[in-house]
Amino acid sequence: MAGSDKGIGPTAQNKIRSRMMRKKYCRFKRSGIKYIDYKNPDFLRKFVNEQGRILPRRLTGTSLKYQRQLSSAIKRARHLALMPFVTDSAK
Amino acid sequence: MEFNLKNKPETRQMYETTFIVVPEIPESEYKAIAAKFEKLIKDREGKIINIEHWGQMKFAYPIGRQTSGYYCYIEYSSPGNLIGKLEQEFGYDEKVIRYLTVKLDKHAVEYNNKRRNGEFSRNKTRETQNQN
Repeated sequence: MAGSDKGIGPTAQNKIRSRMMRKKYCRFKRSGIKYIDYKNPDFLRKFVNEQGRILPRRLTGTSLKYQRQLSSAIKRARHLALMPFVTDSAK
Repeated sequence: MEFNLKNKPETRQMYETTFIVVPEIPESEYKAIAAKFEKLIKDREGKIINIEHWGQMKFAYPIGRQTSGYYCYIEYSSPGNLIGKLEQEFGYDEKVIRYLTVKLDKHAVEYNNKRRNGEFSRNKTRETQNQN
């Protein structure tokens, strides 16, 4: 990889990288989910890391509207002990 | 200023409440507690739409000394003045360790209708687990 990059400027490298990276999307918008249920911890578990912390939307691609709903849903699930606040292995 | 609150049309709102009861008591006693709150809602002009007993479930983290508890989930429509009273009663009851009341918007109501009709496979599996 390093050898083939020789002679290519930084802007060209960025172009290649952007072409290779798949664009993130908000899965709630795409699949038409209008309400995020706090009673379904198996689904919410996709949006927390292994320690049980909420993943930032810069990683998941969730739109701001649904990130807000998502975070309150996770917090509700935590209150009812359906999801952990912190843990060693949430998955 | 002639505001007359008594002539105001009564507003009803959809709510759902989940509460957790300590696990040490026998199931019959838990049912009695659940029935008590059900009655409280009905007495205060609330209309119960759905009630689910999820049974004894393990917590994701210990609450006090408990690691599991009975979960009860109630969907109802009621005037807003019920909620304060209901939460107060939850606070008085020492057997109730956690409770959560959520006001439902139109999307949530739609979602809950679908959930009740069993359109989500995940919830179906949970119901079958409870029956076993």
